[in-house]
This record gives sequence, C-alpha cells and structure tokens, in this order.
Amino acid sequence: MDYEIVIGLEVHCQLLTETKIFCGCSTNFGNQPNENTCPVCTGMPGALPVLNRKVVDFAIRAGLATDCAITPSSIFARKNYFYPDLPKGYQISQFELPICIGGHLDIEAEGETKRIGITRIHMEEDAGKLVHPEYEHGVSFVDYNRACVPLIEIVSEPDMRSAAEAIAYLKSLRDIMVYLGVCDGNMEEGSFRCDANISLRRWGAPEFGIRAELKNMNSFRNVHRAIDYEVERQGDILDSGGTVVQETRLWNVDRGISMSMRGKEEAHDYRYFPDPDLLPVVIADEWIEEVRQSLPELPKAKRQRFVAEYAIPVADAEVLTADHNIADYFEAVVKLFPQPKAIANWIMVEMLKFLNEDKISIVKSPVTPSGLAELLQLIADGTISGKIGKQVFAQMYSQADNNPRQIIDSQGLAQMSDSGELIAMIDEILAANSDKVKEYQGGKSKMFGFFVGQVMKKSKGQANPQMVNELIKERIG
Amino acid sequence: MTMELYNCSIESLSQRLAAGEISSVELTRSVLQRIAEVDGVIGSYLTVDETGALAQADAADERLSGRDNTTPLTGIPLGLKDLISTIGLPTTCASKILAGYQPEYDATVVRHLKEAGAVITGKLNMDEFAMGSSTENSALKKTCNPWDTSRVPGGSSGGSTAAVAAATAIATLGSDTGGSIRQPASFCGVVGMKPTYGRVSRYGLIAFASSLDQIGPVTLTVADAALLLGVIAGHDERDSTSVDRPVDDYYSSLQKDIKGLKIGLPQEYFSAGLDPEVESAVRAACGQLTATGVLLNEDISLPHTDYAVAAYYLLATAEASSNLARYDGVKYGFRSESPEGLLDMYRTTRAQGFGDEVKRRIMLGTYALSSGYYDAYYRKSQQVRTLITRDFDKVFGDCDVIVAPVCPTPAFAFGEKIDDPLAMYLSDILTIPVNLAGLPAISVPCGFTESGLPIGLQIIAKPFAEATLLNVAWQYEQLAGWSGRRPELVKEEV
Repeated sequence: MDYEIVIGLEVHCQLLTETKIFCGCSTNFGNQPNENTCPVCTGMPGALPVLNRKVVDFAIRAGLATDCAITPSSIFARKNYFYPDLPKGYQISQFELPICIGGHLDIEAEGETKRIGITRIHMEEDAGKLVHPEYEHGVSFVDYNRACVPLIEIVSEPDMRSAAEAIAYLKSLRDIMVYLGVCDGNMEEGSFRCDANISLRRWGAPEFGIRAELKNMNSFRNVHRAIDYEVERQGDILDSGGTVVQETRLWNVDRGISMSMRGKEEAHDYRYFPDPDLLPVVIADEWIEEVRQSLPELPKAKRQRFVAEYAIPVADAEVLTADHNIADYFEAVVKLFPQPKAIANWIMVEMLKFLNEDKISIVKSPVTPSGLAELLQLIADGTISGKIGKQVFAQMYSQADNNPRQIIDSQGLAQMSDSGELIAMIDEILAANSDKVKEYQGGKSKMFGFFVGQVMKKSKGQANPQMVNELIKERIG
Repeated sequence: MTMELYNCSIESLSQRLAAGEISSVELTRSVLQRIAEVDGVIGSYLTVDETGALAQADAADERLSGRDNTTPLTGIPLGLKDLISTIGLPTTCASKILAGYQPEYDATVVRHLKEAGAVITGKLNMDEFAMGSSTENSALKKTCNPWDTSRVPGGSSGGSTAAVAAATAIATLGSDTGGSIRQPASFCGVVGMKPTYGRVSRYGLIAFASSLDQIGPVTLTVADAALLLGVIAGHDERDSTSVDRPVDDYYSSLQKDIKGLKIGLPQEYFSAGLDPEVESAVRAACGQLTATGVLLNEDISLPHTDYAVAAYYLLATAEASSNLARYDGVKYGFRSESPEGLLDMYRTTRAQGFGDEVKRRIMLGTYALSSGYYDAYYRKSQQVRTLITRDFDKVFGDCDVIVAPVCPTPAFAFGEKIDDPLAMYLSDILTIPVNLAGLPAISVPCGFTESGLPIGLQIIAKPFAEATLLNVAWQYEQLAGWSGRRPELVKEEV
C-alpha cells in the first residue's frame, strides 16, 4: 500500500436517562408506537423544548472522562432538514459552541499506546423511526417514541491510521461510556453508533486526501470490514489515477460493500442557527466539580490498579475490567476470600462460560460472590478437589443454590481425608497387586501412577490425591 | 338608553358580575348576539364557539354565586388570536396549511384564562402566521377596520383589535412580533400592549419568530389591559425563555402619581415620513402629559433605529423559515392530494398550503441562514440587534419611559400596500426596535384624524417595568379621554 490511511470517527451515544432531552416522556424501549410521545416530541405547533438537566450531567461526565474542557456557556442550535422522522423539520443539536471541546483518549493498538484527539462532544435529540409495513405498499408510518431521546455525539480528530486503531478507539470509548453509566453501549440496537470519515494520502503528504463518510455499521466487526473495504476502494481509484469523490456511503452488511448515499452536491445545507427557544447552557465550576467527584474509576485506571493491587497478570486484568460489573464482582469475592489469582481463574473460565451461554450479565449470575467465595474456600482447605469444585459450581449455577457445603454433604462429594480409611483402601490395593508392587520396587517407577489411579477409582474420585501420594510412598518406598 | 353589556369594560363588568347585578351567561349572550349582528361586516372571527362559551359562562356564574375563588376575569367573554392553541378548537394561524388542525393541548395563557374563569368566545383572524401589517394576508377571511370598513384593521392581530373596537369581545389576546398588537390597536382605536419578552409564556403560541413573539392584551381601556396582563403574566416551566420573577400588581399601581417621571421623545421617531396628523396628535399627547408633572426630554436619540427594519426582517424570517418547517403534510393539517412520493408531498403541500407572503418570508429566511451568507445576514443582524438594545439601555439611563408614535400613518386602504412588501415592512419602523430589544410597550388612543381614523400613542418602558408603563398610560388616558369611544356600525338583521 502506497497510502497512509486517515480515519476520524463520529460516535453517537444514546444516553441512559429515564426521560427525553426536551420533554418528560419516557425513553423506554419497546413500547407501542407513539406511546411515549407528547406535543413537544411530536413537534406540535406551539410546543416548546425544555432541557433535561440529567442530559447535561451525562455530557459533562463524558467530557471529563475524555479530558475535554467543559464550555461555560454552550448553545443549542437548529439543524434544518426535511424528513418524516424529524417532527419539527429541524433537529435540536449543538454547532458553534458545543458543551465539551478538546479532549483525548489513549488507546492500545498493535502493542503501542496512542493518543487520539477528541474534537468535541455535543448534545442533541434523536429522530423518530419510519415503519414500512409489508402488507401495504406505498404506505409508511412514523413512530416518534425515539424522537427527542437524548444523544451525545463524540467527534474525534482524524488521528487514526488503521482499522485496528479505529476499533481500539471505539472499544475503549464504549467501555468508558458504559463505565460512566451514560450509555449501554449496545451497537446492534443502535444505542452506540459510529460513522467513519476515511481518506488516503501518499506517505508524507502534508494535506489530507478527499474523504468519504461511512454510515450504517452496527458492530465492531462491520466497522472493521467497512473500513477495509473503503481503504481498498479508494486505493484502487487512486492507483488508477482517479480522484476520490467526497460523498456519504452506506455500508451494506449483507453484501459486504458500501454504496453511495449522497454526493457533495446533494449534501444538505443544514442552515444551523442558535435555537431561540432555548437559553445558553451555563455551567458553573461547582457543577463540573460535583460531576468530577462522582466519576467512577475508569477502565484503564482500574486495570492498572488490579495488576498492582492483586498481582494478577495484565491479560487477566483486561478480562476482568472489560465490564465494570465483572470487576465489581471480582472485588466482592476478593473481600471474602483473599486469593485474587484463583478467583480470577474461576470467573474467567467457569463463570464467563456459563454467563456467555445464557447471554446474561454477571449481575444476574445465580452464583453470588459469597457463594463463589465459599466454594473456593472449600477447595482451598481440601474439602473437595478442584475437579469436584467444577461439578459443584455447575449445580450452584443451575439451581441458584449458594450453599456449596450443603451440596457437597448431601451428595457425599467431600474428599476422603481420613487416613485410617485411606490406609485400609491402599493396603487392600497393594495386596491385590503384589506383582506390580515388586515391579515398582524393581525400578519401574511408572507403576506409582497405577496405584494412585486405583485408589482414586475405588474412592470414586473423592480421595485426597495428595494424601494418597504420601501414604503409598510410605508403604512401598 | 342603558349601555349594552358588550360595550362595557372588564373593569366595570367584573364589578357588576361580582355584585350579582348581571350574570356571565347574560353577558356572554350579549356578546354572541353582537357577533351575530356585526361580525358579518367586520370579519374578526374565524371560529365562534357558542356552545363552549355558554358552558364556560354557566360555570363562571356558579363560581360567582358561590364567591368561589373569583378573579376579575371570571365570567368575562374574551377572544383569542388564532395562533394561540386551544384544546379541541381549531387553531389555524389563518393558514390553509393548518386546515382541520385541532390542538391536543391548551396554551399556557389559555390555561391561565380558564383557571381565572374567563369565557372564550372564539378565535380571531390575523395575517397568515402573523406575517403582515394589515390582516390582508389571512388565507381565510377579510377583516375590516370598524372605523372605516374600506380600510385595513392593521395587523397582524387585526382580528383581535377589530373585535375589541367593534365590541364583539370584551377584550382579546393578540401577539406582537414586530408591532402586531400595537399597530392594529392604533389603527382600531383600542389599547394594545406588548409585554417584556419572557413576561408571558409562549407555550402554545404558534411561533412566527421565537425570539421576538410575545402574547399581549388588547382592551378597551388601560385598566383592562392591567387586569388581563395580571392573569396571563408569569413564569412557565414549559417555556425556557419565560422569566422567573414575580408579577407586579399592575391594576393597583395604575393610579400612582407620576410627577417627576422622566419621559423621552426619540428624535428618530419623529423624522420625515411621519404623517402630520399623527405627529400633531402625539405631540399634543405629550403636552397633555406634562400636566401630570412629568418631565419631557425631546432630545433623546436612538441612533441605530434606521437599521432596525432590515435586521428584523432577516432575523424574523430566518427563525420563521425554521419554525414553519414542521408544516410538511406528515403529521397534521393540510396534505396535498395524491403526491408522487415524499419530495413531491413536501413540495406540493407547502406550495398549496402557504400564502405568498409566508413563502416570501420562508425564502428570505432560508437565504439568510444559508451557508456562505450566514455571517453577512444573520450574524450581522444579531449584532445590529445588540446595538439597538444598547441604544435603549443608554436612553433608559436618563428616562423612565419613552413616548413615540406607533405607526407613521393611520389605517390605510385595502390593497394600498399589499403589492409593495417593502412599503408594508417600513410601516413597522416605529414598533420593531421594541421587539428587537425585548421591551414592554403599549399603544393608547390619542386622537383621531380629520377623517375620523384613530391615532395611537406608543409608550415604551424598561424591561419588566410593565407597572410603570401601565401607570403612565392610565394617567394619560384619564387626561385625554379617548379610550372607550365606539365606531358607528351598521347592524345586520339577525
């Protein structure tokens, strides 16, 4: 490839407020069409918007978490265009003076740390949704439940140089927004959406190339595919001496290609101007401080702390902190049973296997932190083996039973640690296999494993393996 | 001959209602009868809600007889400009594009009126979307000036002012974006007031230009304006631009002594182009005011007045181009018949639904906001607006109120300016600066031309100084005695 790839991303996060940005309607997903509407969010004549304070709170959170400056007085503007899902004929957004400016995010991509600039974060309202019924051609319906649902748009600088960097940025940004509790981060359902501006330039060229804007990518995988496709497409054009056209392109998931949606000539003139129905959003320093104090520990800081405080490998810390609920769970178990590495293994292997199968969050896990802590305690003190432990865990999970002791007792799963009982069993086995004892004593050391295996078999796996080893050794040297 | 009930002021009627001398049903019937008799000639009403009015009157009578939380408006029949949203009553903005639209909610002012026990007689004609100065731009009806039916009532609240002048409503509400209450009030010889921007909630007022629009009272007397404003003013959580500060008791401060008050006459408002009869009536009014002991200063200057009309017609149209985007045929009102696809639906709906003046302003405003022109037009106009506001701030450092004409001329004839938009726009020159600066102002009758057309005196006060404004207007009204005069109207047989 003779070209340098230049990528900038625009990310829309749907905010987790209970009510809409400019009215008191519910933001609940899945209600009957137009159930969550009122004169304000359906753009009835004479209705006026009133800003939801919580939206500003969330935008400040997002800004502080990405090291942005918070604008002391930001302005809502109208973005004018016609579409049936836009009830007022304009979207209330921010333009000249957004709430957050000049931040950055440090990402890890291809083994290196890189700083990606964040140009701005602004608040805006979402549009409604068109419904085209299959039973009636030529008729469309509009559902305004989503109209006026709050969004923040996070605009990056064109600082990314590969699809991998773009994905790393997106993932990192999503983790942060989810940690902050401002967005659920769900790409498939569209609560975390991304548009990509992509251009190519000759290595060392001072100017950016002509860019195309890509839309409609609803997963990390599709963002990656779409960028790869676009890079190749533009590369081919430039290689053949052509010029890239400035346009907006729509990614087609099924066909794995992008198609032109509108060119520069058809680009809207949005005629932005300050919305006279809303006052400037004035944010005092005290408000910013209040939000700063309430910020949770962010993924990167948590990761570093886990490595330092719990002495677990970086890879483990990454898995545990990818979801702050998993991190919280881990720490809750550590408090009850201070063996971090063992806990990390159990969460990463057993717990996540079950949770992923059921597609549920760890907060809904049937096995509670105290249940897991007790189970691990029982393994550690030799009551059961790790192998039996997995069996017990599966039962705890499927029956939502957090009393491992009872499961072990009622099913007689405890290890045999009574040396008298074990000695009798071992002596019996050694007597029955006197020829093999001789072989062993004659130097065939492999035979040792045979005896252990026989004991475990006879005890149905409940013999304490360590004790079995020691007792056999005592007897046959 | 006893004075017909429809001819009386809120002030006198509310006393008689409270004393049980008359009932609201009786009063409402009198007004409905008057509408039936004269509105065929005047044409103020787009909708008369006889059933609703009589039901409200009935309820008001119950409240009055039980002395149950009555207000000066309990039982008083009022009309509303047809851009104020009323639940279940058509609200058309005198436009075809809102044909069949009935709001599902009441404007905040309507809520206040209903809570106060007022009776809503119906909805009043206007220039389409309040764009105009003569009510000739109504797509639905012609409204005549009750003093001379060959002349316009002014606009855009021409239906509201003609109704009060013709006694087809005891009082009405209008809206004022660039003079739309004050100019028609002066043309129709009634009192019309524009409150400070933010004093009265705009929730439910169908927007023309959001940063300029204000609802205000149109009444027979200054005292009535004080009573009506007292009910509709106040902070509203549903309107972010409404201001949270207490509402003064306007009515009880009407009679305060104004001796020593400083009144300024801006020289720019008495320049060439002012009709001599208007000028002499206004100057005479100033002379009369000195009898109260006020101090006149004829030397004040508002130097940026010349730029006001240009700035206003860029800002107001810019806002309007966006405010009127929602009339797209998708959700309510008019939709063109069998359009071919979405774009065609937009084009034909808006082409057929809007009148010429509205389209002209949408185009002007769209242009002013367009990429590449925004700085030269919209931003520059905002800067002019700031300068005009500073002009007033400076003058109000020395003066308590400003006195001026409302309009350079009295009511003009139908058709006289309708084909010359610029001449029509220029007739707003003396009212527009007040809207740009967000100030309260009032038009009070100050005489008649030789041919019998009313002339208005404009009084302008500092932001939120409505009490002072009404106080000065009331004192003048007492001295001059022009308010309350009625035109001779030909009654129709009913």
